[in-house]
Amino acid sequence: MQSQPEALGAWGVAIALAGGAVRGSIPYMFVSLGECLTEKSGKINLGMEGVLLMGAMTAFAISDITGSPWLGVAAAAAVGLLLGAMHAWLTQQSSVNDVAAGIAMILFGSGLAFFFGKRFVAPMAPQLPLINLGSWSGSPAIQSALRISPLFFAGAGLAFCLHVLFTRTSWGLKIRAVGDDPQAARALGIPVNTVRFLAITLGASLAAVGGAHLTLYFPGIWSEGISGGQGLMAVALVIFARWSPRRCLAAALLFGGAQALGPSLQSLGVNGYYYLFNASPYLLTLVLMIATCSPNRSLAGMPGALGKK
Amino acid sequence: MRTASVEALRVTKRFGNFTAVDDVSLHWKAGSFHALLGENGAGKSTLVKCLMGFHQADAGEIRIAGEPVRITSPQEARGHGLGMVFQHFTLIPSMTVAENLVLARPGLPLIINWKSELARLTEFLRKAPFQVGLQDRVTNLSAGQKQKVEILKELYLETRLLILDEPTSVLTPAEADEVLGLLRGMVERDELSVLLITHKFREVMAFCDEVTVLRRGRLAGTGQTRDLTPSRLAEMMMGEARVERHVAKMEITRRRPLLKIHNLRAKGDNGLEAVRGLSLTVHDGEIVGIAGVSGNGQRELVEVIAGQRGATTGEITVDGAIHSPTREQLRAHRFFTLPEEPLRNASAPRMSVADNIALRVFDVPPFQRAGCLLDRQAIDKFSREVIERFDVRPPIPGRPIDQLSGGNVQRAILGRELSSGEVQVLVAANPCFGLDFKAVDFIHECLLQTRNRGAAILLISEDLDELLALADRIFVMSEGALVHETTPQSADLSLIGRQMAGHH
Repeated sequence: MQSQPEALGAWGVAIALAGGAVRGSIPYMFVSLGECLTEKSGKINLGMEGVLLMGAMTAFAISDITGSPWLGVAAAAAVGLLLGAMHAWLTQQSSVNDVAAGIAMILFGSGLAFFFGKRFVAPMAPQLPLINLGSWSGSPAIQSALRISPLFFAGAGLAFCLHVLFTRTSWGLKIRAVGDDPQAARALGIPVNTVRFLAITLGASLAAVGGAHLTLYFPGIWSEGISGGQGLMAVALVIFARWSPRRCLAAALLFGGAQALGPSLQSLGVNGYYYLFNASPYLLTLVLMIATCSPNRSLAGMPGALGKK
Repeated sequence: MRTASVEALRVTKRFGNFTAVDDVSLHWKAGSFHALLGENGAGKSTLVKCLMGFHQADAGEIRIAGEPVRITSPQEARGHGLGMVFQHFTLIPSMTVAENLVLARPGLPLIINWKSELARLTEFLRKAPFQVGLQDRVTNLSAGQKQKVEILKELYLETRLLILDEPTSVLTPAEADEVLGLLRGMVERDELSVLLITHKFREVMAFCDEVTVLRRGRLAGTGQTRDLTPSRLAEMMMGEARVERHVAKMEITRRRPLLKIHNLRAKGDNGLEAVRGLSLTVHDGEIVGIAGVSGNGQRELVEVIAGQRGATTGEITVDGAIHSPTREQLRAHRFFTLPEEPLRNASAPRMSVADNIALRVFDVPPFQRAGCLLDRQAIDKFSREVIERFDVRPPIPGRPIDQLSGGNVQRAILGRELSSGEVQVLVAANPCFGLDFKAVDFIHECLLQTRNRGAAILLISEDLDELLALADRIFVMSEGALVHETTPQSADLSLIGRQMAGHH
């Protein structure tokens, strides 16, 4: 985006948009894949926003302290496991509602992240190394757009892995069985609560890795407003993606692109409506929700027991 | 594995103070088709759940092939070759038939080799008694096909001692005969033993070798079916002679169309059309019955009539005036509904019995005064009257309605609908589903009395006997449309059965 937009014109916007989509999609991707795994087991984790922030803060802090961004990612994943285990334990209590527990987890996760993150506001922690795919091009715009975080490839690979998990492994069939009809799953001898516990815990861990991207990628700072509600939007994105990991990947790219719209247009010199364009992911969420949800039919692909005890 | 005899000797099972099974013995011989007969709540399911390891008997012994065994889990029961097909399907709806069968297979490896699994399944199906499409999704299957997949699943798991819990409650008579006939064949070839839990005499007489009858948790009789008659079975099952219905159908001569449904169309939950251009008329003093296998649009039809679901086109009129289900119109048209599963569809489960009984009238005088204040005393008095007249038990107005048994919820809601004003139109769906015969008789009497007072009643029921006993005219509903009309006097059961099964 620091390129010469005059030289490339509309192409510049397109390239900046594509690069922005790849970059911006990473948190959406990890959170939505984590949520997809969780919801396939029939549980909802609305607390992903809190998990995302805790992941972002932890990754930043550990990277800053140890000097290794990869240790930061690992620490974020571990914190995600803990938060996920907490949500799983909470929502399996007899009188706890998934949604209420999720909202509590948003507040808890973000509060905890803000509290421990206080001393890390300001410095710049070591960032994740980028993979340079654009060295063949002389254009700095293309080079910049093709400097891609390794987490993007990890997330994209993960989407396909989850697809294989759900269709070609016995674990995947068990997760789907539990999410679709827990009574039937019990009759088949599947330990419903254990399966759900694992799905929720691993799902939250994935979301926390998405948080690591927020702080370990340019500009690489921790601030309280860093997620901007991406954790919540990613939960909505799973519904739009009809609980399919591969469609989650596509939807994450779409949301990433929408998020890059404002900055890309700005690079072209269009400064008016900057905040309006920045609101495009939120608008997109609303439009997609209205377009894909209808009171007259239940959603195809939705796990049958989603959110029920 | 060959079949083996299964015996339950003097088994007792208590839940708290309630004795569900009291000193019952069952002798299910190897290679036989045995029936376990009884009314709802007679203890049939509890007894077999003790065999299957879901419950532990408090007293008594279980023997398989003569050897005493302790079965503490369904997995252990499976080890003995025992398998059970439940009343409620245990298939995962969003999965294909193949996925469901593979998921049930013990020792499934982590990575599924679909090619070899499908080859195994195809080989298994080649020898199976009935066929299903392996790649069909369970949600798209009819109840009969699901039942077949359930049985196939048990056979795939090499079950040799098969327990069927009321398997035919969701099937048409023709489907039931087909499934039971094929299993009968397997029993005769000594490939299988079947224990059939049922309350249908016809199935016992047609397919079973022996029968054990339970009544209120106790053994009421046992014997070879060839030595027994349906009336003898009924005596054992009911214990007391059934009271003859003392409300007769009065001949009503005034014939004024009251409820008219014209070209009604509505979509189901899946977005597909569930009610397809349905038209009918119900006159005063008439009960019009709608028969059909569940899942043919009856639920959606009732929901549209009750205002729970929007119609895509069509209109409903009462006495010539367009009817839309607002409180004002319901009151003006004296229009009442008794939907199926009243706890879910017609009541606020956590609210008290009294408040639920007052739901139709709480916003009109004398129950509401000064336009907004409820008169608790008037509500309390009204609900006590309804509770007494309809014999709701326990008679405690303040108790949350979801703590009542199904039959008593049904009585309370029926009481509300029939006591909140003189009924002009009543729509009832499966009003007796899952109730014991006393409650059934009571509800039937109420419906007939309401009819005799000149109300128009639309009765949607999966129980053909109920319709034949109560209705003046009967329609058969299949795939969202009325496909056949008859009267109880001229009804041809095999024709009705074919129409219900979709062979028009």
